Amino acid sequence: MTLLHVRDLTIEDRAGAALVDGVSLSMRAGEILGLVGESGSGKTITCRALMRLLPGQGLAIRGGEIRFDGADVLAYSEAQMRAVRGRHIGMIFQNPASHMNPVMTVGRQIAEGRRLHFGASRREARGHAVELLRQVGIPDPARRVDHYPHEFSGGMLQRAMIAVALACEPRLLIADEPTTALDVTVQMQILRLLQDLRDRLGLAVIFITHDLGVVAQTCDRIAVMYAGRLCESGGKRDVLAAPLHPYTQGLIDCQPSSEGGVGPMPTILGQPPVASRFPAGCRFHPRCGHATAQCEAGQPSMRMAAGADGHSVACHHAADRPRAVTRPDRDAIASA
Amino acid sequence: MTYAVSGGFGFGRRHVRAVDGVSLRIGAGEAWGLVGESGSGKSTLGRAMLGLEKASAGRVRFEGRSVTDGLPSDIAALRARTAMIFQDPYASLNPRQSVGECIAEVLRVHAKVPASTVTARVNELLVRVGLSAEHASRRPQALSGGQCQRVGIARALAVEPRLIVADECVAALDVSIQAQIVNLLMDLHRRMGLAILFIAHDLAVVRRICDRVAVMYLGRIVETGPTQAIFERPMHPYTAALIGAIPEIDPDRPLPTDALGGEPPSPMSVPAGCAFHPRCGQARPECRHGPAPAFRHRGDRAFACVLHDHDDDELSPHRDRRSVAT
Repeated sequence: MTLLHVRDLTIEDRAGAALVDGVSLSMRAGEILGLVGESGSGKTITCRALMRLLPGQGLAIRGGEIRFDGADVLAYSEAQMRAVRGRHIGMIFQNPASHMNPVMTVGRQIAEGRRLHFGASRREARGHAVELLRQVGIPDPARRVDHYPHEFSGGMLQRAMIAVALACEPRLLIADEPTTALDVTVQMQILRLLQDLRDRLGLAVIFITHDLGVVAQTCDRIAVMYAGRLCESGGKRDVLAAPLHPYTQGLIDCQPSSEGGVGPMPTILGQPPVASRFPAGCRFHPRCGHATAQCEAGQPSMRMAAGADGHSVACHHAADRPRAVTRPDRDAIASA
Repeated sequence: MTYAVSGGFGFGRRHVRAVDGVSLRIGAGEAWGLVGESGSGKSTLGRAMLGLEKASAGRVRFEGRSVTDGLPSDIAALRARTAMIFQDPYASLNPRQSVGECIAEVLRVHAKVPASTVTARVNELLVRVGLSAEHASRRPQALSGGQCQRVGIARALAVEPRLIVADECVAALDVSIQAQIVNLLMDLHRRMGLAILFIAHDLAVVRRICDRVAVMYLGRIVETGPTQAIFERPMHPYTAALIGAIPEIDPDRPLPTDALGGEPPSPMSVPAGCAFHPRCGQARPECRHGPAPAFRHRGDRAFACVLHDHDDDELSPHRDRRSVAT
C-alpha cells in the first residue's frame, strides 16, 4: 500500500528560483528509501516540505501534490498539520546535540509528544519513555531517562533522538543524515537499529544521505537528486549495479572503495551549481562527459527504463549508452 | 626528517591523557594515515607534532630540531617548514580577508619571495591547487566549500613545507569534491616529495592515498604498518573492526553482524589493561588487568595486542568480504 505519494513537488524561494523542481516520490509502508545528493541538491528541503516545515528565507511550495496515507497534506490547515507532525511523521537530524533541548531531561522530551498527541498521564508517558529507551538500545534506561542530553555520548544521543521520534508511533520516519557526525563503528550500530525498527514496527524510513555505501547496506530503494531535480530512482540493486544517469555513475565512481585501488580517484569535474544559477537544459550537463546540444537545450523528464521494474531516469541519452557496470565486481552482482 | 613523540598531555585539573606514550616516526616524503574514532587523540597528536599543543612529557623532533622544548629559532624553523590543513574550510579562513591577501600574508611573514613578486606567487599557488588568478580578489564566503579547501591547501603550500598535517580535510566536503581534493593532495605529495600526515576517520580514503597507517584508540597507537598489509591482515581487533565498518557500495553485502558494540569510553576513565578490552570480542583474562599490552614488532609492522602469539593466527573479517565480491 502506498503510504506516501509526492507528485511534481516544486519549491521556490523568494526570487523565484526552483530549489526543488518537479520531484515525484512514492513509498510503501516498511520501505527504506535512500535520498541521495550533494549539498544544495534539495533533498532536505523536499523532506521538510513533507511536514510543511520549510525553513525561512521565503521558501514556498509552488506546485505539486503530497499525499500521506491518502490524504492531501497541502490542503491541511495549520492545526490539522500539527496533529500530523510528530504524530504520523517523525524526524531525526544529523546533529542530535543541537536538536535536543539541553535544559530538559531526555525522558521528558520523549514523553512530551506522548502527552500531547495521546493525552497520556505523566506517569504513563514516563514509563513509555523508559520502554522506548530500552528499544533503541540504551543500557540502564530507568536511570538514563532522567539524564540531560549533555550526559549522553553522540551515538547514545542519536538513539535518544530516535526514541523521541518514535514516541508517537509514526508511520514514516525522516532521517536527515543521522549518521554523518558519528564514527563508523557507531554509524553501523545506528543503521542496524533503523533496520531493526523497520522490521519490527513496519516503519517507512526516508534516509537522507550523501554516502552511497550507507545506502547500499540499508535501503530498499534509492532516489538520486541533483540541483533540485530527481535524476534517477529505482530499486537499490538496479541503481547501484547498473546506474543509468551519468551523475549516479559519477557518484559511485568517486566514492573510494575499501578494496583500495591505485592512481587518482575518478571525480566529477566542477562543482554543484547554486540555486540562483541553475544551468538551462539538463542541470547536470556542464559537468557531464556525455552532454550534447540536446542536453543544453531541454530538460529531460523522468522516464521508465526498459526492462527494469520501477527504475526511472532523467537523461536524454540513457537509452543510447550501454547499461554501465561500475566496477569489475559489479558484473557478478548484476547477474546474481 | 624524523618524528618521535612520546608522552602524555595534561588538560585542566583532571589531567586527561589525550595522547599517552605515543611514538611515531615519519620519513621524508611519506604519506601517513592516522585513523581512529573521535576522541582517540588523533588531532591532538597532529597538533602536538607541529608544536601547536604542549606535550607534558616526551619529545617531538623535526629534522633534528626539538619542537617540544626548542629555542624560538627552532620553532621558527618548524613553522617555516610545516603547515596544517583544517577540517572546516570556512572557519579556517579569515572572512574579512580576500583569498589573495590570506596567501600573501604567509609569503610576507616567512619572507618567501621578494615583495614585488608576491602577487605573481599567489597566482601561481592558486593555479597549482586548481583555482585561477581571478579567485585572489574573492572573499571566502563567495567560494564553495571545495574551493575554500583548495585555498587552505594553497596557503599551506605557500610556506613550501616538508610536512603537511591534514586534519580531516575532506570530511566536510561533498563526495564528488572529496575525490578532487584527495587527488590534489596525492599529486602534491608525489610531485613535491611532501610528507603528509592525513588524519581521518574515513579508512577507504586512507587506503587510497597513504603509504603507512597508524591506528589510535583512546590516546594510544594500537597498530602501525604499511597500508596494504594492515588492510589485508589487521593484527589488532580494533583495526579489524574499523575496516569491517567501512560502508561499501555493494547492495548484496548486509550490515556486518559482528560490528563493534558500544562506544569508546571517556578518556577521563580509561579502562585498565588493554583500553580496548570492554569492546573486544577476543579479550582474554589478562587483557583486563595490568598495564597496556606492549608494542610487538613484526617486520615493519607493530601492534599492541596479546593475540597472535602464533604466526598462523588469522584475524581478518576482510576475507569474508572479498569472497562476497568475487
